[in-house]
Amino acid sequence: MNDLSALLGSHWLLTALLAVPVLGAIVCGLVREERAKHVALATSVLAFGLSITLFWTFRTQTVAIQNFVSVPWVERWGIGYTVGIDGISLLMVLLTTFVMPLAIAGSFSYIRQRQRAYYAMLLVLQAAMLGVFVALDLFLFFLFWEIMLIPMYFLIGVWGGERRVYSAIKFFLFTAVGSLLMLVAIITLASLHARYFGFVSFAYNDLVRLPIGRATQFWLFGAFALAFAIKVPLFPFHTWLPDAHVEAPTAGSVILAGVLLKMGTYGFLRLAFPLFSHAATSPAVVSTFITLSVIGVLYGAWVAAVQPDMKKLVAYTSIAHLGFVMLGLFALTQQSVEGGILQMVNHGISTGALFLLIGMLYERRHTRMIADFGGVAKSMPVFATAFVLVALSSIGLPGTNGFVGEFLILVGAFRTHPLAVFIAATGVIFAAAYMLPMVQRVLFGELDRDENRDLKDLGLRERLVLLPALVMILVIGVFPQPFLDRTAASVEGLLEQVETRALRAPVDMEQGDAFDRLPVLGLDE
Amino acid sequence: MNLDFSSQVHFLLALLPESVLVLTAIVVLVGDVFARSGQSGPSPAWVRWLSLIGLAGAAAANFWLGGLGPGPATQMIALDAFRILANYILIGVALMSLLFAFDYLDCEQLNIGEFYFLVLTATAGMMLMAASRDLIPLFVSLELMSLSVYILVGIRRHDPRSSEAALKYFLMGAFASAFLLYGIALLFGATGSTNLALVGLEVVSAVEQGNVLLAGGVVLLLIGFAFKISAVPFHMWTPDAYEGAPTPVTGFMAAGVKAAAFVALLRIVGVELSEAESTWRPVLWWLAILTMIVPNLVALAQDNVKRMLAYSSVAHAGYLLVGIVSANLLGRSASLFYLAIYSLMTLGAFAVVYQVVSAGESGDGYDAYAGLGWRRPALGALLTLCLLSLAGFPPTGGFIGKFYLLTAAVEAGETTLAVVLVLSSLVAYYYYLRVIWRMYFESGTGEQAQPERLGLAFRVAGAATALGILVAGLLPGPALSVAERAGASLQPGAEVSAVTPPAPVADAR
Repeated sequence: MNDLSALLGSHWLLTALLAVPVLGAIVCGLVREERAKHVALATSVLAFGLSITLFWTFRTQTVAIQNFVSVPWVERWGIGYTVGIDGISLLMVLLTTFVMPLAIAGSFSYIRQRQRAYYAMLLVLQAAMLGVFVALDLFLFFLFWEIMLIPMYFLIGVWGGERRVYSAIKFFLFTAVGSLLMLVAIITLASLHARYFGFVSFAYNDLVRLPIGRATQFWLFGAFALAFAIKVPLFPFHTWLPDAHVEAPTAGSVILAGVLLKMGTYGFLRLAFPLFSHAATSPAVVSTFITLSVIGVLYGAWVAAVQPDMKKLVAYTSIAHLGFVMLGLFALTQQSVEGGILQMVNHGISTGALFLLIGMLYERRHTRMIADFGGVAKSMPVFATAFVLVALSSIGLPGTNGFVGEFLILVGAFRTHPLAVFIAATGVIFAAAYMLPMVQRVLFGELDRDENRDLKDLGLRERLVLLPALVMILVIGVFPQPFLDRTAASVEGLLEQVETRALRAPVDMEQGDAFDRLPVLGLDE
Repeated sequence: MNLDFSSQVHFLLALLPESVLVLTAIVVLVGDVFARSGQSGPSPAWVRWLSLIGLAGAAAANFWLGGLGPGPATQMIALDAFRILANYILIGVALMSLLFAFDYLDCEQLNIGEFYFLVLTATAGMMLMAASRDLIPLFVSLELMSLSVYILVGIRRHDPRSSEAALKYFLMGAFASAFLLYGIALLFGATGSTNLALVGLEVVSAVEQGNVLLAGGVVLLLIGFAFKISAVPFHMWTPDAYEGAPTPVTGFMAAGVKAAAFVALLRIVGVELSEAESTWRPVLWWLAILTMIVPNLVALAQDNVKRMLAYSSVAHAGYLLVGIVSANLLGRSASLFYLAIYSLMTLGAFAVVYQVVSAGESGDGYDAYAGLGWRRPALGALLTLCLLSLAGFPPTGGFIGKFYLLTAAVEAGETTLAVVLVLSSLVAYYYYLRVIWRMYFESGTGEQAQPERLGLAFRVAGAATALGILVAGLLPGPALSVAERAGASLQPGAEVSAVTPPAPVADAR
């Protein structure tokens, strides 16, 4: 039994979590066309099982990184295979492994062509996303961050809708702009580390100890923040999102909304805040980001309200929701950050479920226009029930998960930014203003179109796909404590670290003033 | 055994790999003439095998040379690790070019001894360039390489585009040679020697005196090289020559000629003329900036894959120049590493292009690539991998190479170059991705996967390319250490400050 718990607490769990989807992808490529989906589903369920183990063995009382391992990879460059989780990454990992089986099972009837490639891409995507959340080496982080683009590019481009090529390339280039500058910043960080400590390292644990001059911090923070803000997406970097969401196949939208957007907010928490604490907590930066977040909340809600296309509507709600999350993160209080993290999970579940529901409707009617529906509740009662519940969770009705997250964010942020909270809180009202009319026009009213009269209600597979999401919406809504417990210590540690590092950030030195210039990388002799 | 050049035999031994190649080339040419005895027709199979064996022999000789110590500092012929690695890269380029070309040669009825002869002599010329530590052998070997390649470009005698390309390339090349030769003459005037080590010694005082001859010589030399590596604004011949040349030759040019010129440039500028940094550094800095920005923008507008790849290869010259301008140990090693991986991915990309062409699907336009990834999965996957690597995307060798170059630039304080490098590769993403979307997002004629008609040699070379790109991307450690050793050997006498290996991270927090 001891051996077992040692194994479960070890990094092997994380390594297996990364390896399982990759192996699954390879198997997908080898089996018969119609078997691929079963392989993919089995793989993702297995990965979910592994992450559940991670959840139960997680020690809640410590800020230490758990399941940690560091194996040298490119030793001369100080790059290692360094992975580990804390409370923040734990929830993100769980979210990924939770959403993935739903996305895969939700594609069973939607994807009819090139299934092997499709499911292999999904699994590679999963491995890359998990990699981003567990990597504790900046090189490794960047590697996963970039690799993730390729399967998503193919998912949108091959299996997407009408304007798939445009959306795929737009998604790719937008994300790449930010990440390339982040690459230069990462290399600069490693170079600074080599100058200060005499050896080069890309390890997160080494780099967070590095004192970075105040002016330098702003440049480096800017490079990281751009990459993350595009990914979130923060207003005004959001223009790729509606296109990508609308054109992607259902599973692509689910994953985009469910997990991919969280990589941006996670990046702020994991890297941008602790590494560049001075820049990240400086009043100018904080007020800029909070303003942009609040604009995002309102803008997302307003634009969503006038969308005729359900998928596009949901895409814009993502901008609003992520605005809330960003508000929570940049308010930098214990409650708001915890709320932000929980809201990341909530948004993943509710928006993912919304995209699944819209996908199911689309498979039946081949349209996503709100105007084409009406009275669907009469022909599809089960669907309607699920849709209402998910929509309410998206609005943030008490009793659902959305309420807990938004409430924590608003309460936490109120202490530091009352005005921003005041304005953002109106976003909750607007949320009702865009979501409820959509629900009403699609589900209720007259069943005046013949096509809608004999829509078949959800089948067993579809019900099974939705069930976990619905359960989680209620569980987190009523009983969020297990999730908050797991993030509490990590958030506290993070905030403490940010505070001390912000105070201790040195004033910039003249080049070559304090340290001799050492070569960054050299011979290993 | 240590070569001290006390006897003539030592010269021959020091040039053993090149000698093996030249001997093979002569046997191939003469033997082929007798075997075909005046009839026109394909060469016998042994010509192929002999060429491959010759290249393998050169590699073996190179391995033996690598075991010897570096020779005396003032000798004409370098024996350092830099040359050994450069030789391996160049032999590899020739080998892969030949393997990739077999299908094409059969298809185009170009399977003649002259082709193999010219590839071998061009390779010998390239290797000599890497070995030259004197301006005269440097020029002679450059001409050996260039003349062979001029003919190779025009080897499809009945194709007017091939002849046009050859003529253009020849005229521009002759122009470049003239610049180079004049530069050599001026350098000789300024320093009184053509031996690079002696030139290097004289340069210090010449710089102090503000010698105009020296500055002029260096700049002319750089212009000559800029033509060969096709740096902007001396790149105008590149797209035309690359487009008109038989595609296997294009790959060979893009990889081999560029690699050889860069290796020679690295040796001359980075080491022997390092004291005259003030004369060449601003020139190369601007060349690098222009060569990164211009071709990437122009490539966006191309509607022909071969021309797009030609501009992409020009852009890569810009990235490589960043390594040279950084002018540090890292920059030299990074350039070498990038040259090796660049050769691999360029050869692979051009190889797919001529498979598409020879399949009768007029392959120059983008249309021929529609649905290629589903129709011919292996070919599509190879091209996708090569393009992602050219774009510098993980987990490919191209990413590691760019990362290495960026590190060198950041370390040299050249943040501007680093930022221009990443931003221009962002532009490049678009045109590389364009091919990929053609291949996968659109459906072309016939959806069903067809049985591949690739020859065995092509399969082997394709698999080796893919493997090389992935291994360099995922496990770059060994290749990096070889590149570093070679880069360090370029700097005799300079202290190589050792860097302590990263401390093992004991535990988190």
